[in-house]
Amino acid sequence: MTMAEVTYRDAVRSALREEMERNDRIILMGESITGYGGSYAVTKGLVDEFGPKRVMETPIAEAGIVGFAVGAAMGGLIPVAELMTVNFALLALDQIVNSAAKFHYMFGGQFSVPLVVRTVSGFGQLGPTHSQTFEGWFASVPGLKVVMPATPADAKGLLLASMRDPDPVIFIEHSLLYSTRGEVPEGPAASVEVPIGKARVAREGSDVTIIGYSRMLLQALHAAEVLDREDGISCEVIDLRTLRPLDYPTLVNSVRRTHRLVLCGEDWRTGGFGGSLLSELQDRCFDDLDAPIQRVAMRDVPLPYSRELERTLIPSSEHIVEAVRRLS
Amino acid sequence: MYRRMVQIRHFEDHAAEAYAQAKVGGFLHLYIGEEAVAVGALAAAHPNDHVLGHYRDHGYALARGCDPKRCMAELFGRETGLCHGRGGSMHLAEASRNFWGGYAIVGSHIPIGAGMAYAMQYLQREQVVLDFFGDGATGNGIFHEGLNMAALWDLPVVFICENNLYGMGATLAEESPVKDMIIKAEGYTMPSLQCDGMDVLSVYEAVQKATEHCRSGKGPFFVEALTYRFRGHSMADPELYRDKEEVRRWRALDPIPRFGQFCVDRRICSEQELAQVAEDVEQEMLEAVRFAGSSPWPDPSTIDKWIYAKPIATDGDAVVEQPASAEVGAVHGAEAAR
Ligand SMILES: Cc1ncc(C[n+]2csc(CCOP(=O)(O)OP(=O)(O)O)c2C)c(N)n1
Ligand SMILES: [Mg+2]
Repeated sequence: MTMAEVTYRDAVRSALREEMERNDRIILMGESITGYGGSYAVTKGLVDEFGPKRVMETPIAEAGIVGFAVGAAMGGLIPVAELMTVNFALLALDQIVNSAAKFHYMFGGQFSVPLVVRTVSGFGQLGPTHSQTFEGWFASVPGLKVVMPATPADAKGLLLASMRDPDPVIFIEHSLLYSTRGEVPEGPAASVEVPIGKARVAREGSDVTIIGYSRMLLQALHAAEVLDREDGISCEVIDLRTLRPLDYPTLVNSVRRTHRLVLCGEDWRTGGFGGSLLSELQDRCFDDLDAPIQRVAMRDVPLPYSRELERTLIPSSEHIVEAVRRLS
Repeated sequence: MYRRMVQIRHFEDHAAEAYAQAKVGGFLHLYIGEEAVAVGALAAAHPNDHVLGHYRDHGYALARGCDPKRCMAELFGRETGLCHGRGGSMHLAEASRNFWGGYAIVGSHIPIGAGMAYAMQYLQREQVVLDFFGDGATGNGIFHEGLNMAALWDLPVVFICENNLYGMGATLAEESPVKDMIIKAEGYTMPSLQCDGMDVLSVYEAVQKATEHCRSGKGPFFVEALTYRFRGHSMADPELYRDKEEVRRWRALDPIPRFGQFCVDRRICSEQELAQVAEDVEQEMLEAVRFAGSSPWPDPSTIDKWIYAKPIATDGDAVVEQPASAEVGAVHGAEAAR
């Protein structure tokens, strides 16, 4: 298979473009996604290619956008709704949780809601209301699928899979990953697609398992290198890729061999995704664990604007290194 | 009013420069071109009327009389900033001046303004709430919920819509079926006025009528200021969606020289006096930048401060002790709402 080196941003865009070419039921909708090109320039140019009926500029109306997308999905389309950032997804939470996630179940399986909500988490001096990440909230909702790609290949492959999935998918990109580059396979969708619900061993190791996703995967890989070099500790790094459904077998298999576990996320320690992951893995791996499971998470503080304060709070590879060292 | 507008203009120019030098981070939204709206409106309001605005908020802060030094320090993320570096450019606030802040979730402060107006009505205060937002916000459900409640309960709030023709990259035609925002107020039987947002006197007059209406107990009022931002939506905006000719046309309506000319024509002041204002303001802003640049960073050990007015233990740490005085910023709303 041929590979091309592209950015995460371009990988997302090419998944949208290719699938739109293949399937004219796919529509995009969102705020400033046409003339402006999307707040992170992901949809740039798509309106010229596909026209305003398929790339819809919407009012600033998050609840409306998702409700509308749910209806469009019920009517036979496959809407990909962009919510500028996950912070604004809060305005649409009702439609996501009480509509998209419920209908298939509540109406006895008569119809599903094939819908993708693309949104973005991240930070960078954006202040308390614009620097949050809520994947744990979405992942707690039965009926939703939650995807958080870390690499360009996964961004493309998982978005393709999301658009082909019959259920509502919350697809969370990361603003600090858009310019990262990586190899992405080229070819028919089937060969590029990455299945929802499969974790990936991103680096093999034997002493400790580090689980990350999205930006924290990159931080974990960096930490693994540092630990290998400075401490001679061999880390296995796993990229969750999908938070719901969650690929427990891959995680459990790894912990069986390493007996030590560090969980990494950017959301708050209290109620964050890592909390439920920890409880489940402790349950499944209790006899295999040689030490308490460690967590790297955001301290329970609204992320302040000031650069110097923000810097001390953002979970990073240094925190992961510390956590691993605590284990040995 | 002339001085205030010039203050905002120069402040914004320096903010943009500081952003280019990476001294200011995150999202920076400039008010350049729209100065007449905040300045005219706040000149017409009483100094203790309440003010809420959106993230393009430097203009409201300065028009309300906040110290440019402390505003700039907030943009620099320093401890001396209005919000001690916690909020940044989009979240300036000075409760002691009844300037309750910039709000960065579009539309979120529209019902908040209505609620505050209810508090004024309930407490039988004379104060009115001025609530500024953009044309884009009117497409959001929260806008309609806020207007509905304000009208339903006859609340003393002036909604001031800065119609600058764009919500980020969306043109008015792409975001709204009507081009006049006052039409949206009609559905709630709210009286309204459209004014020239590039003319400080036009804004002043409209807001004066509006606040009088509210103060006499007749309920909310809607003011639409027709205006234009000369710069991009934020510093990250490549401005692909509007043409340079349109920007040029609006720049010709620049509210500052326009009002300056008015003052000279009426012999209210001379050209030299206007030039002197610009010079004084420039000195003031240079001083603000110096102050911000030399101010200390917030102390990382204070990170947990202010998460609660009455602190709890976080992350298993001990409770951070705080003095119970208003100095910590935990001013109780009603108490501050003098
Ligand atoms: C709920 C929500 N959705 C989206 C955004 C992103 N956003 C910030 S400003 C803006 C445009 C707002 O336009 P308008 O209300 O006209 O105000 P203007 O910037 O033109 O003054 C958007 C979409 C946001 N901050 N909050
Ligand atoms: Mg606008």
